[in-house]
Amino acid sequence: MAKTKEDVVEAMFKMVKEAQGQKKLKPMDLTKAMIELYGDEGVDKQMCKDAIKELINSGRCVYTYYGGSYIEIPHQEGAAN
Amino acid sequence: MADLPNTPKLDELEKGKWPSFVKEIKMAAKKSPMAADLLGQLEQSYNEKIGHWKHGGIVGVMGYGGGVIGRYSDLPDKWPNISHFHTMRINQPAGWFYTSEALRKICDIWEKRGSGLTNMHGSTGDIILLGTTTDQLEPTFSDLQNINFDIGGSGSDLRTPSCCCGMARCEWACYDTMALTYDLTMHYQDELHRPAFPYKFKFKMAGCPNDCVASIARSDLSIIGIWRDEIQMDKAAVKEYADKGMDIQHDVVDRCPGKCMEWDGKELKIENSYCKKCMHCINVMPKALRPGKDRGACLLLGSKAPIIEGAMLSSVIVPFVKLEPPYDDIKELIDNIWDVWCEEGKNRERVGEFIQRVGMGNFLDAIGLEPVAEMVAHPRENPYVFYGEDEE
Repeated sequence: MAKTKEDVVEAMFKMVKEAQGQKKLKPMDLTKAMIELYGDEGVDKQMCKDAIKELINSGRCVYTYYGGSYIEIPHQEGAAN
Repeated sequence: MADLPNTPKLDELEKGKWPSFVKEIKMAAKKSPMAADLLGQLEQSYNEKIGHWKHGGIVGVMGYGGGVIGRYSDLPDKWPNISHFHTMRINQPAGWFYTSEALRKICDIWEKRGSGLTNMHGSTGDIILLGTTTDQLEPTFSDLQNINFDIGGSGSDLRTPSCCCGMARCEWACYDTMALTYDLTMHYQDELHRPAFPYKFKFKMAGCPNDCVASIARSDLSIIGIWRDEIQMDKAAVKEYADKGMDIQHDVVDRCPGKCMEWDGKELKIENSYCKKCMHCINVMPKALRPGKDRGACLLLGSKAPIIEGAMLSSVIVPFVKLEPPYDDIKELIDNIWDVWCEEGKNRERVGEFIQRVGMGNFLDAIGLEPVAEMVAHPRENPYVFYGEDEE
Protein backbone atom coordinates (compact mmCIF):
# COMPACT_ATOMS: atom_id res chain seq x y z
CA MET A 1 0.00 0.00 0.00
CA ALA A 2 1.30 3.44 -0.92
CA LYS A 3 2.65 5.58 1.92
CA THR A 4 1.10 8.97 2.62
CA LYS A 5 2.84 12.17 3.65
CA GLU A 6 1.55 11.65 7.18
CA ASP A 7 3.21 8.20 7.32
CA VAL A 8 6.49 9.77 6.27
CA VAL A 9 6.14 12.55 8.87
CA GLU A 10 5.72 9.95 11.62
CA ALA A 11 8.61 7.82 10.34
CA MET A 12 10.89 10.86 10.16
CA PHE A 13 9.90 12.02 13.63
CA LYS A 14 10.65 8.56 15.02
CA MET A 15 14.04 8.59 13.35
CA VAL A 16 14.93 12.05 14.69
CA LYS A 17 13.73 11.11 18.19
CA GLU A 18 15.80 7.93 18.26
CA ALA A 19 18.90 9.76 17.04
CA GLN A 20 18.52 12.69 19.48
CA GLY A 21 21.64 13.12 21.58
CA GLN A 22 23.54 10.52 19.56
CA LYS A 23 23.63 11.67 15.96
CA LYS A 24 22.54 14.88 14.29
CA LEU A 25 20.49 14.28 11.16
CA LYS A 26 20.40 16.56 8.14
CA PRO A 27 17.24 16.89 6.03
CA MET A 28 18.95 14.93 3.25
CA ASP A 29 19.73 12.08 5.70
CA LEU A 30 16.01 11.81 6.45
CA THR A 31 15.07 12.02 2.78
CA LYS A 32 17.54 9.32 1.73
CA ALA A 33 16.46 7.04 4.58
CA MET A 34 12.77 7.40 3.72
CA ILE A 35 13.33 6.75 0.02
CA GLU A 36 15.43 3.71 0.86
CA LEU A 37 12.74 2.37 3.20
CA TYR A 38 9.62 3.33 1.30
CA GLY A 39 10.74 4.22 -2.23
CA ASP A 40 8.80 1.24 -3.57
CA GLU A 41 5.70 2.53 -1.82
CA GLY A 42 5.54 5.84 -3.61
CA VAL A 43 7.78 7.97 -1.35
CA ASP A 44 9.85 10.42 -3.38
CA LYS A 45 11.91 13.58 -2.79
CA GLN A 46 8.93 15.92 -3.03
CA MET A 47 6.93 13.93 -0.47
CA CYS A 48 9.94 13.98 1.88
CA LYS A 49 10.31 17.73 1.38
CA ASP A 50 6.64 18.23 2.23
CA ALA A 51 6.96 15.93 5.24
CA ILE A 52 9.93 17.91 6.61
CA LYS A 53 7.98 21.14 6.10
CA GLU A 54 5.10 19.60 8.08
CA LEU A 55 7.44 18.45 10.87
CA ILE A 56 8.94 21.93 11.23
CA ASN A 57 5.72 23.91 10.83
CA SER A 58 4.02 21.79 13.49
CA GLY A 59 6.83 22.60 15.94
CA ARG A 60 7.56 18.90 16.60
CA CYS A 61 11.06 19.42 15.18
CA VAL A 62 13.30 22.47 14.75
CA TYR A 63 16.28 23.35 12.62
CA THR A 64 19.59 23.75 14.45
CA TYR A 65 23.06 24.80 13.32
CA TYR A 66 26.35 23.23 14.36
CA GLY A 67 28.67 23.91 11.43
CA GLY A 68 25.81 22.73 9.20
CA SER A 69 22.01 22.64 9.43
CA TYR A 70 20.30 19.77 11.22
CA ILE A 71 16.81 18.72 12.28
CA GLU A 72 16.27 17.98 15.97
CA ILE A 73 13.58 17.73 18.62
CA PRO A 74 13.18 21.15 20.34
CA HIS A 75 15.35 21.31 23.44
CA GLN A 76 16.93 23.78 25.84
CA GLU A 77 20.26 24.75 24.36
CA GLY A 78 23.36 24.07 26.41
CA ALA A 79 24.88 27.32 25.20
CA ALA A 80 21.97 29.28 26.64
CA ASN A 81 22.67 28.08 30.17
CA MET B 1 22.74 56.36 30.29
CA ALA B 2 24.62 53.16 31.14
CA ASP B 3 28.09 53.48 32.67
CA LEU B 4 30.61 52.64 29.97
CA PRO B 5 33.31 50.12 30.88
CA ASN B 6 36.93 51.23 30.81
CA THR B 7 38.22 50.32 27.33
CA PRO B 8 41.74 51.66 26.68
CA LYS B 9 42.47 49.19 23.87
CA LEU B 10 39.20 49.83 22.04
CA ASP B 11 39.74 53.59 22.47
CA GLU B 12 42.77 53.28 20.20
CA LEU B 13 40.40 52.26 17.42
CA GLU B 14 38.59 55.59 17.65
CA LYS B 15 41.69 57.48 16.56
CA GLY B 16 42.26 58.50 12.95
CA LYS B 17 39.97 60.09 10.43
CA TRP B 18 38.23 56.91 9.23
CA PRO B 19 34.94 55.55 10.55
CA SER B 20 35.21 53.64 13.82
CA PHE B 21 32.94 50.81 14.93
CA VAL B 22 33.97 51.55 18.53
CA LYS B 23 32.71 55.12 18.19
CA GLU B 24 29.40 53.80 16.85
CA ILE B 25 28.99 51.22 19.63
CA LYS B 26 29.74 53.90 22.24
CA MET B 27 27.03 56.11 20.73
CA ALA B 28 24.59 53.20 20.85
CA ALA B 29 25.63 52.46 24.46
CA LYS B 30 24.12 55.79 25.53
CA LYS B 31 20.72 54.14 25.00
CA SER B 32 21.49 50.42 24.99
CA PRO B 33 22.87 48.41 27.95
CA MET B 34 23.61 45.61 25.46
CA ALA B 35 25.98 47.85 23.53
CA ALA B 36 27.71 48.86 26.79
CA ASP B 37 28.30 45.25 27.80
CA LEU B 38 29.45 44.48 24.29
CA LEU B 39 32.23 47.05 24.68
CA GLY B 40 33.25 45.48 27.97
CA GLN B 41 33.40 41.93 26.63
CA LEU B 42 35.26 43.03 23.52
CA GLU B 43 37.88 44.86 25.59
CA GLN B 44 38.27 41.73 27.71
CA SER B 45 38.74 39.63 24.55
CA TYR B 46 41.40 42.05 23.29
CA ASN B 47 43.23 41.80 26.63
CA GLU B 48 43.01 38.01 26.88
CA LYS B 49 43.30 37.34 23.14
CA ILE B 50 40.34 34.97 23.48
CA GLY B 51 36.88 35.23 21.91
CA HIS B 52 34.05 35.00 24.42
CA TRP B 53 31.19 34.06 22.09
CA LYS B 54 29.46 30.71 21.90
CA HIS B 55 27.91 30.18 18.49
CA GLY B 56 25.26 27.92 16.99
CA GLY B 57 22.17 26.09 18.08
CA ILE B 58 19.16 28.30 17.54
CA VAL B 59 18.77 29.32 13.90
CA GLY B 60 15.40 30.78 13.24
CA VAL B 61 11.88 31.63 14.10
CA MET B 62 8.96 29.22 13.96
CA GLY B 63 9.04 27.34 10.63
CA TYR B 64 12.33 28.86 9.49
CA GLY B 65 15.74 27.18 9.51
CA GLY B 66 17.85 30.18 8.67
CA GLY B 67 18.24 33.90 9.19
CA VAL B 68 19.09 33.83 12.88
CA ILE B 69 22.62 33.20 14.06
CA GLY B 70 22.57 32.08 17.67
CA ARG B 71 25.22 33.75 19.80
CA TYR B 72 25.78 33.61 23.55
CA SER B 73 28.39 35.11 25.85
CA ASP B 74 30.47 32.61 27.80
CA LEU B 75 30.69 35.25 30.57
CA PRO B 76 26.98 35.81 31.23
CA ASP B 77 27.49 36.68 34.90
CA LYS B 78 29.99 39.39 34.11
CA TRP B 79 28.19 40.77 31.03
CA PRO B 80 24.52 39.86 31.67
CA ASN B 81 23.07 42.15 29.01
CA ILE B 82 24.75 40.17 26.24
CA SER B 83 24.24 36.68 27.67
CA HIS B 84 22.09 36.24 24.52
CA PHE B 85 23.28 38.26 21.56
CA HIS B 86 21.71 36.67 18.47
CA THR B 87 22.21 38.11 15.01
CA MET B 88 19.33 38.39 12.56
CA ARG B 89 19.88 38.47 8.81
CA ILE B 90 17.15 40.35 6.98
CA ASN B 91 16.55 39.99 3.25
CA GLN B 92 17.64 43.24 1.65
CA PRO B 93 15.83 44.84 -1.29
CA ALA B 94 17.45 44.03 -4.65
CA GLY B 95 20.18 46.56 -5.36
CA TRP B 96 20.00 47.89 -1.77
CA PHE B 97 17.52 50.62 -2.60
CA TYR B 98 15.56 51.92 0.40
CA THR B 99 13.41 54.84 1.27
CA SER B 100 14.60 56.69 4.37
CA GLU B 101 11.18 55.85 5.87
CA ALA B 102 11.89 52.10 5.52
CA LEU B 103 15.30 52.51 7.13
CA ARG B 104 13.82 54.44 10.05
CA LYS B 105 11.21 51.73 10.60
CA ILE B 106 13.90 49.01 10.67
CA CYS B 107 15.98 51.04 13.13
CA ASP B 108 12.96 51.73 15.34
CA ILE B 109 12.15 48.02 15.51
CA TRP B 110 15.74 47.15 16.33
CA GLU B 111 16.09 49.79 19.05
CA LYS B 112 12.94 48.36 20.62
CA ARG B 113 13.72 44.66 20.17
CA GLY B 114 17.52 44.45 20.11
CA SER B 115 20.77 46.26 20.75
CA GLY B 116 20.15 48.95 18.13
CA LEU B 117 23.39 47.95 16.39
CA THR B 118 23.24 47.15 12.68
CA ASN B 119 25.65 46.21 9.94
CA MET B 120 24.58 47.56 6.58
CA HIS B 121 25.29 45.21 4.89
CA GLY B 122 26.82 41.79 5.57
CA SER B 123 29.04 40.00 3.05
CA THR B 124 26.09 38.08 1.61
CA GLY B 125 24.21 41.35 1.22
CA ASP B 126 21.64 41.09 4.01
CA ILE B 127 20.72 43.77 6.51
CA ILE B 128 22.45 42.52 9.66
CA LEU B 129 20.75 43.25 12.98
CA LEU B 130 23.25 42.57 15.75
CA GLY B 131 22.28 41.39 19.20
CA THR B 132 18.96 40.35 20.62
CA THR B 133 17.62 37.81 23.10
CA THR B 134 15.82 34.56 22.30
CA ASP B 135 12.45 35.85 23.54
CA GLN B 136 12.65 38.83 21.18
CA LEU B 137 13.19 36.80 17.99
CA GLU B 138 9.54 36.07 17.23
CA PRO B 139 8.30 39.61 18.08
CA THR B 140 11.08 41.09 15.90
CA PHE B 141 10.11 38.80 13.03
CA SER B 142 6.49 39.80 13.41
CA ASP B 143 7.35 43.52 13.46
CA LEU B 144 9.53 43.16 10.37
CA GLN B 145 6.79 41.31 8.50
CA ASN B 146 4.43 44.18 9.27
CA ILE B 147 6.75 46.49 7.31
CA ASN B 148 7.17 43.93 4.49
CA PHE B 149 10.64 42.64 5.34
CA ASP B 150 11.51 38.96 5.64
CA ILE B 151 14.39 37.05 7.19
CA GLY B 152 17.27 36.04 4.91
CA GLY B 153 19.29 32.86 4.64
CA SER B 154 21.90 31.23 6.87
CA GLY B 155 23.20 27.72 7.47
CA SER B 156 23.04 25.04 4.79
CA ASP B 157 20.50 26.81 2.64
CA LEU B 158 20.22 29.20 -0.27
CA ARG B 159 21.68 32.43 1.01
CA THR B 160 19.85 35.65 0.30
CA PRO B 161 20.35 36.38 -3.42
CA SER B 162 22.01 39.73 -4.08
CA CYS B 163 22.90 41.84 -7.08
CA CYS B 164 24.48 45.05 -8.29
CA CYS B 165 22.20 48.05 -8.90
CA GLY B 166 22.00 46.96 -12.55
CA MET B 167 19.70 48.84 -14.90
CA ALA B 168 18.49 51.08 -12.08
CA ARG B 169 21.66 53.17 -12.26
CA CYS B 170 24.22 51.58 -14.55
CA GLU B 171 24.39 51.99 -18.32
CA TRP B 172 26.56 48.86 -18.73
CA ALA B 173 23.98 46.42 -17.30
CA CYS B 174 23.41 43.67 -19.86
CA TYR B 175 20.34 42.28 -18.10
CA ASP B 176 17.96 43.34 -15.34
CA THR B 177 19.83 42.09 -12.27
CA MET B 178 17.25 43.40 -9.84
CA ALA B 179 14.37 41.67 -11.62
CA LEU B 180 16.23 38.36 -11.69
CA THR B 181 17.21 38.68 -8.02
CA TYR B 182 13.63 39.36 -7.00
CA ASP B 183 12.32 36.52 -9.15
CA LEU B 184 14.82 33.96 -7.82
CA THR B 185 14.24 35.12 -4.23
CA MET B 186 10.49 34.61 -4.54
CA HIS B 187 10.77 31.36 -6.52
CA TYR B 188 13.17 29.73 -4.06
CA GLN B 189 11.54 30.72 -0.75
CA ASP B 190 11.61 27.11 0.50
CA GLU B 191 15.30 26.72 -0.28
CA LEU B 192 16.01 30.09 1.37
CA HIS B 193 14.20 29.36 4.63
CA ARG B 194 14.45 25.57 4.95
CA PRO B 195 18.06 24.34 4.86
CA ALA B 196 18.29 21.12 2.83
CA PHE B 197 21.67 21.42 1.14
CA PRO B 198 25.04 19.86 2.05
CA TYR B 199 26.25 23.41 2.74
CA LYS B 200 25.54 27.03 1.81
CA PHE B 201 24.74 28.10 -1.77
CA LYS B 202 24.96 31.69 -3.00
CA PHE B 203 23.70 33.48 -6.11
CA LYS B 204 25.07 36.84 -7.10
CA MET B 205 23.90 38.79 -10.08
CA ALA B 206 26.29 41.21 -11.80
CA GLY B 207 25.02 43.27 -14.71
CA CYS B 208 28.27 43.39 -16.66
CA PRO B 209 31.78 41.89 -16.57
CA ASN B 210 32.98 44.70 -14.28
CA ASP B 211 31.28 42.48 -11.67
CA CYS B 212 30.85 45.19 -9.01
CA VAL B 213 29.42 42.62 -6.57
CA ALA B 214 32.50 40.37 -7.07
CA SER B 215 30.20 37.48 -7.90
CA ILE B 216 32.99 35.52 -9.55
CA ALA B 217 34.76 35.21 -6.18
CA ARG B 218 31.90 35.30 -3.70
CA SER B 219 29.03 33.22 -5.03
CA ASP B 220 28.54 29.59 -5.94
CA LEU B 221 26.56 30.61 -9.00
CA SER B 222 27.74 33.87 -10.57
CA ILE B 223 25.39 35.34 -13.18
CA ILE B 224 27.38 37.96 -15.04
CA GLY B 225 25.94 40.16 -17.78
CA ILE B 226 27.64 39.89 -21.15
CA TRP B 227 27.04 40.50 -24.87
CA ARG B 228 27.73 38.26 -27.87
CA ASP B 229 27.76 40.67 -30.78
CA GLU B 230 30.09 43.58 -31.47
CA ILE B 231 31.17 46.32 -29.09
CA GLN B 232 29.27 49.46 -30.08
CA MET B 233 31.64 52.20 -31.18
CA ASP B 234 31.20 55.92 -31.78
CA LYS B 235 34.19 56.72 -33.99
CA ALA B 236 33.84 60.47 -33.56
CA ALA B 237 33.96 60.05 -29.79
CA VAL B 238 37.10 57.88 -30.09
CA LYS B 239 38.74 60.70 -32.07
CA GLU B 240 37.62 63.19 -29.44
CA TYR B 241 39.37 61.16 -26.73
CA ALA B 242 42.54 61.11 -28.86
CA ASP B 243 42.33 64.85 -29.60
CA LYS B 244 42.03 65.56 -25.87
CA GLY B 245 45.29 63.76 -25.21
CA MET B 246 44.40 60.17 -24.40
CA ASP B 247 47.15 57.75 -25.45
CA ILE B 248 44.81 55.17 -26.98
CA GLN B 249 47.64 52.86 -28.01
CA HIS B 250 49.12 52.72 -24.48
CA ASP B 251 46.02 53.08 -22.35
CA VAL B 252 43.60 50.97 -24.36
CA VAL B 253 45.08 48.84 -27.15
CA ASP B 254 48.21 47.61 -25.33
CA ARG B 255 46.14 46.67 -22.28
CA CYS B 256 43.61 44.55 -24.15
CA PRO B 257 44.00 40.94 -22.91
CA GLY B 258 42.57 39.54 -26.16
CA LYS B 259 44.82 41.74 -28.35
CA CYS B 260 41.72 42.43 -30.40
CA MET B 261 42.31 46.13 -31.09
CA GLU B 262 44.32 48.19 -33.53
CA TRP B 263 44.90 51.95 -33.49
CA ASP B 264 46.61 53.69 -36.39
CA GLY B 265 46.41 57.15 -34.86
CA LYS B 266 43.13 57.91 -36.62
CA GLU B 267 40.87 54.91 -36.43
CA LEU B 268 40.24 52.22 -33.83
CA LYS B 269 39.51 48.74 -35.17
CA ILE B 270 38.19 45.87 -33.04
CA GLU B 271 38.30 42.19 -33.97
CA ASN B 272 35.32 41.21 -31.83
CA SER B 273 35.87 37.46 -32.13
CA TYR B 274 39.02 37.90 -29.98
CA CYS B 275 37.30 40.05 -27.34
CA LYS B 276 37.51 38.62 -23.81
CA LYS B 277 34.71 40.92 -22.53
CA CYS B 278 37.05 42.37 -19.91
CA MET B 279 35.39 45.83 -20.12
CA HIS B 280 38.75 47.66 -19.93
CA CYS B 281 38.35 49.61 -23.19
CA ILE B 282 34.73 50.46 -22.35
CA ASN B 283 35.70 51.67 -18.88
CA VAL B 284 38.50 53.87 -20.29
CA MET B 285 36.42 55.36 -23.13
CA PRO B 286 32.84 55.25 -21.86
CA LYS B 287 31.62 57.90 -24.30
CA ALA B 288 33.01 56.05 -27.31
CA LEU B 289 32.48 52.36 -26.58
CA ARG B 290 29.53 50.42 -25.23
CA PRO B 291 28.63 46.75 -24.76
CA GLY B 292 26.97 45.17 -27.81
CA LYS B 293 23.22 45.09 -28.40
CA ASP B 294 22.69 41.30 -28.17
CA ARG B 295 22.86 41.05 -24.40
CA GLY B 296 22.39 38.26 -21.85
CA ALA B 297 24.51 36.61 -19.19
CA CYS B 298 27.29 34.13 -18.66
CA LEU B 299 26.77 31.59 -15.84
CA LEU B 300 29.76 30.57 -13.77
CA LEU B 301 29.81 28.02 -10.99
CA GLY B 302 31.93 27.11 -8.01
CA SER B 303 33.55 30.05 -6.24
CA LYS B 304 34.01 30.11 -2.48
CA ALA B 305 36.20 31.43 0.31
CA PRO B 306 38.66 29.00 1.91
CA ILE B 307 37.24 26.50 4.43
CA ILE B 308 37.77 22.87 3.40
CA GLU B 309 39.59 23.64 0.14
CA GLY B 310 41.35 26.93 -0.64
CA ALA B 311 39.62 29.93 -2.19
CA MET B 312 38.20 29.25 -5.64
CA LEU B 313 36.85 31.40 -8.48
CA SER B 314 33.78 30.42 -10.45
CA SER B 315 34.30 28.86 -13.86
CA VAL B 316 32.08 29.03 -16.95
CA ILE B 317 29.27 26.52 -17.30
CA VAL B 318 27.00 28.41 -19.69
CA PRO B 319 28.86 30.89 -21.94
CA PHE B 320 25.76 32.85 -22.93
CA VAL B 321 22.08 32.77 -22.11
CA LYS B 322 19.36 35.31 -22.81
CA LEU B 323 17.91 36.30 -19.45
CA GLU B 324 14.28 37.13 -19.78
CA PRO B 325 11.29 36.41 -17.52
CA PRO B 326 10.16 33.86 -16.44
CA TYR B 327 13.80 32.63 -16.46
CA ASP B 328 12.71 28.98 -16.83
CA ASP B 329 15.93 27.82 -18.48
CA ILE B 330 18.14 29.09 -15.65
CA LYS B 331 15.79 27.68 -13.00
CA GLU B 332 15.89 24.27 -14.69
CA LEU B 333 19.69 24.34 -14.65
CA ILE B 334 19.78 25.41 -10.97
CA ASP B 335 17.38 22.58 -10.03
CA ASN B 336 19.58 20.06 -11.86
CA ILE B 337 22.71 21.33 -10.10
CA TRP B 338 21.04 21.14 -6.69
CA ASP B 339 19.66 17.64 -7.37
CA VAL B 340 23.11 16.24 -8.12
CA TRP B 341 24.91 18.16 -5.36
CA CYS B 342 22.30 17.31 -2.68
CA GLU B 343 22.33 13.66 -3.66
CA GLU B 344 26.10 13.17 -3.80
CA GLY B 345 27.65 16.09 -1.90
CA LYS B 346 29.35 15.52 1.43
CA ASN B 347 28.48 17.44 4.57
CA ARG B 348 29.95 20.99 4.39
CA GLU B 349 31.07 20.51 0.80
CA ARG B 350 30.45 23.53 -1.43
CA VAL B 351 29.39 22.88 -5.00
CA GLY B 352 32.82 24.01 -6.29
CA GLU B 353 34.56 21.49 -4.05
CA PHE B 354 32.07 18.85 -5.15
CA ILE B 355 32.92 19.50 -8.81
CA GLN B 356 36.61 19.32 -7.98
CA ARG B 357 36.08 15.95 -6.28
CA VAL B 358 33.92 14.27 -8.93
CA GLY B 359 35.49 16.00 -11.96
CA MET B 360 33.91 18.57 -14.26
CA GLY B 361 33.21 15.95 -16.96
CA ASN B 362 31.17 13.77 -14.62
CA PHE B 363 29.40 16.80 -13.17
CA LEU B 364 28.39 18.12 -16.60
CA ASP B 365 27.17 14.69 -17.54
CA ALA B 366 25.06 14.50 -14.38
CA ILE B 367 23.42 17.90 -14.86
CA GLY B 368 22.86 17.33 -18.57
CA LEU B 369 25.16 19.99 -20.04
CA GLU B 370 27.36 19.45 -23.07
CA PRO B 371 31.01 20.48 -22.61
CA VAL B 372 31.96 23.51 -24.71
CA ALA B 373 35.27 25.25 -25.39
CA GLU B 374 34.41 28.25 -23.19
CA MET B 375 34.50 25.99 -20.12
CA VAL B 376 38.23 25.41 -20.57
CA ALA B 377 40.06 27.77 -18.23
CA HIS B 378 43.52 27.04 -19.63
CA PRO B 379 45.26 24.36 -21.75
CA ARG B 380 46.02 20.94 -20.30
CA GLU B 381 48.99 21.05 -17.92
CA ASN B 382 49.81 17.33 -17.77
CA PRO B 383 52.69 16.72 -20.24
CA TYR B 384 52.22 12.95 -20.11
CA VAL B 385 49.04 12.90 -22.16
CA PHE B 386 49.80 11.97 -25.77
CA TYR B 387 47.51 11.91 -28.75
CA GLY B 388 47.81 9.52 -31.69
CA GLU B 389 48.25 10.96 -35.17
CA ASP B 390 44.76 9.88 -36.13
CA GLU B 391 43.20 11.86 -33.25
CA GLU B 392 42.08 15.41 -33.82
